[in-house]
Amino acid sequence: MTDAVLDELPSDVTATIDQVQYEQTADFPVERGYVWTTCAAVENGNPLFWDDAVAEELTGGVIAAPTMLSVWFRPHHWAPGQTSQALPLQVHFDLKERFDLPEAVMTDNSIVFYEPVRLGDRLSTCQRLRSVSGPKTTKLGTGRFWVIDVEYRNQREELVGVESYTGFGYRKAGA
Amino acid sequence: MSAPAPVTLDQVREGQTLPSLTYDVTPTTVVLGALSSRDWRPMHHDYRFATERNGMADVFLSTPNQAAWFERYLTDWTGPRGRLGRMKFRMKDSVFAGDTMVLEGVVRAVETDATGCGWCEVEVTMRVGDRTSTECSARIAVPTTPDDNPWARRGERWKP
Repeated sequence: MTDAVLDELPSDVTATIDQVQYEQTADFPVERGYVWTTCAAVENGNPLFWDDAVAEELTGGVIAAPTMLSVWFRPHHWAPGQTSQALPLQVHFDLKERFDLPEAVMTDNSIVFYEPVRLGDRLSTCQRLRSVSGPKTTKLGTGRFWVIDVEYRNQREELVGVESYTGFGYRKAGA
Repeated sequence: MSAPAPVTLDQVREGQTLPSLTYDVTPTTVVLGALSSRDWRPMHHDYRFATERNGMADVFLSTPNQAAWFERYLTDWTGPRGRLGRMKFRMKDSVFAGDTMVLEGVVRAVETDATGCGWCEVEVTMRVGDRTSTECSARIAVPTTPDDNPWARRGERWKP
């Protein structure tokens, strides 16, 4: 476990390390509107996402931009019957609350891409906490770093990607 | 239309630099990038939250939006046959609305794996002035010949 002091972590936190948490299926299937909006946001003119003939020739049909993996499991900001705001990467927010760290930023992100994500796919995900550091002080404040892995599969159980986030939960100096 | 002629592995050299990309980041850039990735966290659209609560200089590019910028930058170079295998980036500082960001890339390695897939290891830097905001390393498959198509690889023939 990188940069972690297991003995100093609360037992309820160490108990969750490497455990599968928050298995869920995306709220909606992969759709093209978000693909176009994402490409527009970064002015990505790759014809794979704009030209059906190119998509058919190269990928056997339209796919989503690979780096959009996390888009498909971020919950709606509101939905009928929802009484509190659903949060993406819930393990991250659990840790903020557990360690009473009101602020947080992401510092590192890694993504490994496997099967392409296709229009109409309905992805499922799970999260695994990999590590939690001891207390650290940065220019932002004092807090802890943690690493969370997210695995993505399609409805055929094919692995489409694995993402790893390093977050830093912190309390501003003097706060 | 058919796919444009690709960059092929034999055209790539270790140490080769990629064309740089300069972009003026506006509040719209930040907000559009966050909302397109369904990232509703207020530091990516709410100036007061970002500055007064988070202590940041302004709203700033979100993590998935930075990933999308790196993808766009890399495939601008490879063309549509370029297929990302993996990407890792470290956000050392933020890119704020009002910044002019510059993306620059260098090929660090060129190889063909045991399955015959051609790979380039590329380091990409996102900077604002002299300040490096994000360092990215990416492994991207490029065709070994004009007819090769990395997207056709599946299962054991795809080792990202």
